[in-house]
Amino acid sequence: MKRSRYRSIFTPSPLGMAVTYVVLGVWAFVVLFPLYWLFVTSFKLPIDVNSGPFYIPFVDFKPSLHAWTYILVGDLRNDTFRTYRNTVVVSLASTTLALTFGSAAAYGLTRFKYQPKLGAILMFIGCVVLSIIAVVLGVPWQITVVAAIALFIILLQTIGKRFKRALGNNDIAFWLISQRMLPPVAVVIPIYILFQRLGMLDTWQALIIAYLAANLPIVVWLMRDYFQTIPIELEECAAIDGASYYRSFWSIILPLSLPGLVATFLFVLVFSWNEYLLALFLTNAKAQTLPLTVAAQNATRGPEWWYLSVLILIMIVPVIGMAIALERYIARGLLIGAIKG
Amino acid sequence: MSVAERTQGPALSESGLEAHSPLARLQTWLEASATSAFILHAVLVVLFLAIFPLIVSLYVSLSRLQFVPGGFQLTFVGLDNYAKLVVGIDREHFMGRFGEPHPIGWLFFGLVVLSQILLMYRYIRGGNAAVGGAIGRIVTASAITAGAWLIVHTLGPASRPGTVVVTLIYVFAGIVIQYTLGLGLAYLCIQQIPARRFFRVVFLIPMMITPVGIAYLFRMLADTTKGPVYPIWNILGLANTSWVSNPWGARAAVMIGDVWQWTPFMFIVLLAALESQSIEPIEAAVVDGASRWQIFWEITIPTILPVSSTLILIRMIEAFKIVDLPNVLTNGGPGTATESLTLHAYTIWRTLDIGGSAAVAYMLLFMVTFIGVSYANLIRQRLAEA
Repeated sequence: MKRSRYRSIFTPSPLGMAVTYVVLGVWAFVVLFPLYWLFVTSFKLPIDVNSGPFYIPFVDFKPSLHAWTYILVGDLRNDTFRTYRNTVVVSLASTTLALTFGSAAAYGLTRFKYQPKLGAILMFIGCVVLSIIAVVLGVPWQITVVAAIALFIILLQTIGKRFKRALGNNDIAFWLISQRMLPPVAVVIPIYILFQRLGMLDTWQALIIAYLAANLPIVVWLMRDYFQTIPIELEECAAIDGASYYRSFWSIILPLSLPGLVATFLFVLVFSWNEYLLALFLTNAKAQTLPLTVAAQNATRGPEWWYLSVLILIMIVPVIGMAIALERYIARGLLIGAIKG
Repeated sequence: MSVAERTQGPALSESGLEAHSPLARLQTWLEASATSAFILHAVLVVLFLAIFPLIVSLYVSLSRLQFVPGGFQLTFVGLDNYAKLVVGIDREHFMGRFGEPHPIGWLFFGLVVLSQILLMYRYIRGGNAAVGGAIGRIVTASAITAGAWLIVHTLGPASRPGTVVVTLIYVFAGIVIQYTLGLGLAYLCIQQIPARRFFRVVFLIPMMITPVGIAYLFRMLADTTKGPVYPIWNILGLANTSWVSNPWGARAAVMIGDVWQWTPFMFIVLLAALESQSIEPIEAAVVDGASRWQIFWEITIPTILPVSSTLILIRMIEAFKIVDLPNVLTNGGPGTATESLTLHAYTIWRTLDIGGSAAVAYMLLFMVTFIGVSYANLIRQRLAEA
């Protein structure tokens, strides 16, 4: 019913239709032409690239598989497969973790009331600052961390009880979301030092943890609004039947918000799949991810366009496949997030 | 009503377990700590990887970090790193070279000041002025005026914009272009025409490609002798002029790449917003004889304003972080003409001046936070209420 009413209003006149097609066609060309160029470049020999623009394979130039064989079966094969595996493992693991932690936190923020004491937060920040100063002054960091945690707990148990001013759920949510405002370059130096001290540089774990922290805010922010749209009565019925919070979260809330989970999953996956700056700082050869391999094709003789094209292509094919399959979910998922902010 | 307020009584006694068995005790404990269990790990992760690094970064930005054998050494230098950027040797890089503004620059500056005064006047006359709001508004207004002063003084004929102004240009010009394009394309895509879904999927693709890849792709496309647009350059007689040597040409190339990548994001959210608008008001307007343009302007735009305001905020926050495109496409050049703030921080990092790098990053953080909060408080609220 609604569909047909919709159709009657948004059906353009023949002229309007023509204009619409022309405009959409032009933008589709703008989007697709660079990808086409990538595709043909991947079949060109260096000489074909360097002697000017050639557009159509078999007509303008003779396509060659040299770049594909070099990347996939030749010299670079082991490197390619290793970085590909790194990228898949790191992005899947960090996305899954971010989704688990983030949707649990989002559920907590929509269903419970949190009242963190302002004073306690200030005390915590004070302890962090003190311990940083202590480390800078030469105290070993292991001792400092233990001392700082002990000090914080003691303070919390003694003075902490007296604080009255408390923050609410919206403040926590805003705080989490505001972490997205941080330019990565502002935190990358301490994160580098942190992982260096933990001996975790150039490992999967380091990247997974870093991406988890970077993507958690997005997950909380998108999933919170999904959970708000699910009526609370369902959980109340479940509680009367004896279900715990964990159980109603797992078997009622999560299945009901599947479209949101899918959209968020894809969105976060794309972010970690493509991330460059953190990977640049935190990895070397062993845990290198694909964006770094792409950037590394810029050799001393100038960028090697044919290899670059192959790498970008093998990198975007899986993501685009998923995007096509899940296109509907993405739009809705992002929209619900954007309405509430 | 929140679940936390409901009675928890029956849940456990009906579970059929002995009240004092270890399992039951564990269950009670789990249930009682559920509120914290749901949120604690997320808070901890963000604390350790965002708050802690942030504080360390602040400290690093106030010191000079030197690598010595076996580690590094921090020397506290106070605000030296910041002073270097604002008044010291790095000023031309960061803020730009000042010069007498162009007459159009003065006109722009006058308009900005005038609009700030008018807004303030309206706020005070509006009746519900409060001290907090007034202070916030005065701070925002003076910051906008200072920003406008900086922009007109570094974009004049004899001057050169620094990384601050370049970043602001990327962010604001980028958002305006992406939003307009995205809205236009989304509006065309809700028309009932064949092959709609094809266009929607195609328009989504650029968002999925790694920014580094896009940067190389555009470097390939923008090549004036080997790129695919060479024939067009040739016809226009531009074959021998390289866009890389012209500051505005290079900036335009960076912005084209940015628009190509991020218009899909605007498009997809606006498309969903347009599709979910209710049909009744539009039908009523059609019956009353309103034109398409009127319907779009008077009904559609107000419905999508709240979504748009959040969308712009998200995009703005992300746009300030632009680094891959200028780094790969132009390497920040010619000179520092296309360098964004993040790239600036990165180039300083490469010279091993870690403290200076952290100071630039902190300046960027101040700017993003200030603009983001001002936007959220002053513009977004009004748009969301409209």
